[in-house]
Amino acid sequence: MANKISDETIEYVGILAKLELSEEEKLAARSDMERMLDYIDTLNELDTEGIEPMSHVFPVNNVFREDVVTNGDGSKDTLKNAPLQKEQCFKVPKTIG
Amino acid sequence: MSIRSLTAVQLGKKIQAGEVTVREAVEASLAQIDSVESEVHSYVTICREEALKRADQVQKMIDAGELTGPLAGVPVAIKDNMCTEGVLTTCSSKILGNFVPTFTAEAVKCLEEAGAVILGKTNMDEFAMGSTTETSYYGVTKNPWNTAHVPGGSSGGSCAAVAAEECFCALGSDTGGSIRQPSAFCGVVGMKPTYGTVSRYGLIAYGSSLDQIGPVAKDVTDCAAILETIAAHDEKDSTSIGRDSYDFTSALVEDVKGMKIGIPRDYFGEGLDPEVKEAILKAVKVLEEKGAVVEEFDLSLVEYAIPAYYVIASAEASSNLSRFDGVKYGYRTAEYEGLHNMYKKSRSEGFGPEVKRRIMLGSFVLSSGYYDAYYLKALRTKALIKKAFDRAFEKYDMIIGPAAPTTAPELGKSLSDPMKMYLSDVYTVSVNLAGLPGISIPVGRDSKGLPIGMQMIGDCYQEKKLLQAAYTYEQTGSYVRPELAEAAEKGGR
Repeated sequence: MANKISDETIEYVGILAKLELSEEEKLAARSDMERMLDYIDTLNELDTEGIEPMSHVFPVNNVFREDVVTNGDGSKDTLKNAPLQKEQCFKVPKTIG
Repeated sequence: MSIRSLTAVQLGKKIQAGEVTVREAVEASLAQIDSVESEVHSYVTICREEALKRADQVQKMIDAGELTGPLAGVPVAIKDNMCTEGVLTTCSSKILGNFVPTFTAEAVKCLEEAGAVILGKTNMDEFAMGSTTETSYYGVTKNPWNTAHVPGGSSGGSCAAVAAEECFCALGSDTGGSIRQPSAFCGVVGMKPTYGTVSRYGLIAYGSSLDQIGPVAKDVTDCAAILETIAAHDEKDSTSIGRDSYDFTSALVEDVKGMKIGIPRDYFGEGLDPEVKEAILKAVKVLEEKGAVVEEFDLSLVEYAIPAYYVIASAEASSNLSRFDGVKYGYRTAEYEGLHNMYKKSRSEGFGPEVKRRIMLGSFVLSSGYYDAYYLKALRTKALIKKAFDRAFEKYDMIIGPAAPTTAPELGKSLSDPMKMYLSDVYTVSVNLAGLPGISIPVGRDSKGLPIGMQMIGDCYQEKKLLQAAYTYEQTGSYVRPELAEAAEKGGR
């Protein structure tokens, strides 16, 4: 079974992935994805009827702990990594028009 | 014998005995870095001054009797996807080219508290996505056994650094074989522990349900000592497991009498290099002669592990890597129009092709309309694979097979065909899907002189069985060094 990925799908996935691909990259992404999906389709040979999807190998549940502050104010150091900052805040482009 | 040819545990003993100072050990590693790094390129960042300063601090604590463990004073290298406070952590990506973490990963912290001295951060495939260390933004790492070949990946820098004696041991991370496969290619010992054994806190996530930090070492003794140092329950990692025991070094016993070893026929079929096959079966024979009970069996489902793995790993990666948006840290594009354009441009310019490929695939399999057909199907397959292993471990103490179908490929031969590269992970990915421990140990070399690695897979929490069998095998021969490490010692370089 050969998968065909449309231009629209690549556009849509690009939006989900927050990636801006060049025309060349889009072509490559399309053929890469088609090949991968053809390969992934071999999973359809397996009968998984009634098998629960296993997201975790161990039976783990949410782990809760008290929300106790153990560190000090690290905002100055944290902000050092910010591409842009202003008045002790991360600076981003205008978000509301 | 030079200092740097010692194993980590041997060095630690000499440091405790006052025969070698920590500074001498660090200087020996740095001298080797100076002499071979231009050829091998194991490191992204070398912490020369910090390491020397730390050496003196650690020495004082050893002299005061405050640090008595086996790794006190031992120079180590850390894969560049583990956060290190104040030290550049790039994940070998352009997008983290200027990222200096404000905290240290728990596993690294454990090593530091044990007195290890960090020499630097090692090269890797970008965001650990790759099997050759060629997708790094900071140049390729070369195999110390033959610099025309890759070291494997994604922990290629850590494994090459240990083999080239640019450090005494290292930490790597393993999502689909990223410790075991490069360890095999570089002729060192590498272990992926049971999922949840080592804290992932501070490990930059790729596939969170599969990622696990583990040791890369010259021998099994070092491997056990490192694991014992870094394994601990950590409440900062919600998937960390509280184990009954964190003792691993007591497994270093030469005895495999009665141990049941399963040899999966499906791991020795088509696609496996005959020289690799022969070396592994020979090593299995050694264990059999020492009293292990060896039996062939059919593991089944082996061909479904890779497609399931790439769906799950890519899905998790697309989610995990959404945090790289040019706002709080890392690369931001120079020019942009509005917030979304800034996100898109920063990410598109900051990520390399392999990372983009996996983010795209992951976003696709998680998108509505495809989620059930791909993502849930892969999770169901994972459940079946886990069951197949459960059945095997009802009969066997461990499963033995190759770590990779071939020895290290030549540089530049793998990336042109990603599918082919993915297929080379056939023997390692299922171990991550099932959360099992696995170790790769050197069992000889092929006709080109490249190392061959044997993979031993255990049931959950059975690291000690693996260490014991690996240790027993190791007693039959001594650690072989690459010529590059020996030549430098003779002053040939």
